[in-house]
Amino acid sequence: MIEVENITKHYGKHPALENISFKLNEGDILGFLGPNGAGKSTTMNIITGYISSDSGTVRINGHDILEEPSEAKKNIGYLPEIPPLYNDMTVEKYLEFMFKLKKVKKPMKEHIKEICEMVKIDDVSQRIIKHLSKGYRQRVGIAQALLGYPPVLILDEPTVGLDPAQIIEIRKLIRELGKKHSVILSSHVLSEVQAVCDRIVVINDGKIVADGKTDSLTLSGSETRKIRLVAEGREQNLYSVLKSIDRVTDVKKFGEAEKGCYEFTVESTADVRRAVSKAVSRADGIILSMQPEGRSLEETFLNIISGKDE
Amino acid sequence: MFAILKRELSAYFGSPVGYIVTAAFMCFSGFFFYIQCLATGTSNMYSVFQSMFFIVLFVIPLITMKLFSEDRKYKTDQALLTSPISIPSIVAAKFLAALAMLLICLSSYIIEGIALSFIASPDWSVIFGNILSMILMGSAFISIGLFVSSMTENIIIAAISSFAVNVIISITDSISSAVTVPFFKSILESLSFQSKYSNFAIGIVSFSDVVFFISITVLFLFFTDRVIEKRRWD
Repeated sequence: MIEVENITKHYGKHPALENISFKLNEGDILGFLGPNGAGKSTTMNIITGYISSDSGTVRINGHDILEEPSEAKKNIGYLPEIPPLYNDMTVEKYLEFMFKLKKVKKPMKEHIKEICEMVKIDDVSQRIIKHLSKGYRQRVGIAQALLGYPPVLILDEPTVGLDPAQIIEIRKLIRELGKKHSVILSSHVLSEVQAVCDRIVVINDGKIVADGKTDSLTLSGSETRKIRLVAEGREQNLYSVLKSIDRVTDVKKFGEAEKGCYEFTVESTADVRRAVSKAVSRADGIILSMQPEGRSLEETFLNIISGKDE
Repeated sequence: MFAILKRELSAYFGSPVGYIVTAAFMCFSGFFFYIQCLATGTSNMYSVFQSMFFIVLFVIPLITMKLFSEDRKYKTDQALLTSPISIPSIVAAKFLAALAMLLICLSSYIIEGIALSFIASPDWSVIFGNILSMILMGSAFISIGLFVSSMTENIIIAAISSFAVNVIISITDSISSAVTVPFFKSILESLSFQSKYSNFAIGIVSFSDVVFFISITVLFLFFTDRVIEKRRWD
């Protein structure tokens, strides 16, 4: 759907993007993750043709954004960081304007009505945009991106500034949209990307530092497995039997979790859950809980950004 | 393109700007019409058109000031530039919207002509000739205003700068009379808007004057297109 190859962009002498390449496949919901100022918006602005890159190519459905801008742009619905709304228009008039601007070939009134219902702005369609709340403005922004049902949706920080209920609603909407559209979504909020996206590209200082499935990124780098364990018994006994298990590299004590129950973490180079269970019962202990600990996305993210995984 | 044209026109009348500009233009035009035609008892509207030259200098910056600067300020240019529409079409649409505003203002000439026809026989060829010349000169001022508007996000700066440019253009005659070097004098004289407009106002339509205004218009529309295009590459 989208192929980004080696794009580089400088603002003056400051390099904003260096050799960014990635692909968006059909049906993907791709999370574009990075701290503020990493180059997320710049990348999205280049993909949508708002600004040009210094070098590199962007192809949307096979159309180069520089060589066939009109054809390429027809395939994209874009919600920039600040929704591009004309404050003096009503929601309905604005959407009609955008409909014509995008040269959508569908029955206008019905199409706009359908989208308004989908993003739940049908109750404000006659209101002037200036008077709308942030949540509604954001949804009008999403509505204009949806006009004509373009195959690719690009949403730049779609939940910024919304209240928790609105965030949940927008996320639900994006997941829903992901069934019919390919979506690129940028965010600096990790949990959001984790909740919505099935693929993540991490960008930092204008460079892509990680690209993979959400699950694999979450687990990546965890060659050492970690189990968090709460067991009843005598702490010292439990500790020593755990320590003696084959392939266990480290056991840490965390003291008494409840009365008579102790908490440990067990690090190993293989799956040792069964061995742990046997070992604990050998020491006359009872396992109350055992939980494998994947590295959280947050941890991965911070590691990647600080360069530990490179 | 027509979508943008329609939006800009409705934006003029969705805010006080459109009404103020039209009202101001019509007030001045009516005022000059009264003192220079009705009060003096002449059916020749020539001096009305002469006086309106300076009003146009003020009015056109008000029409063009927000066309590009406001889009940049509120980031709505992102909607325009990421839509399947070319930059020249966007520039053309905004130009035509401003020109349409000017035409609405110029309709006051026709109303005055009709008013005059009740008491005398106005020379309609002079009136339409003047409307045409005002359209030509107005187009040149509008494209200069658009160019200025494309360079700033502040509508006040856009308005004042294009007003300043217009004033400089309009005083080239006075400057040229003070210049003694023949080469610069002839350049300044050939750039004068007012002398060409005066020719139109008294009924002399010269082909080179028409070409002059059209060239200025096209040139500044082209510059506007370049300014917007260049910003994408910065």
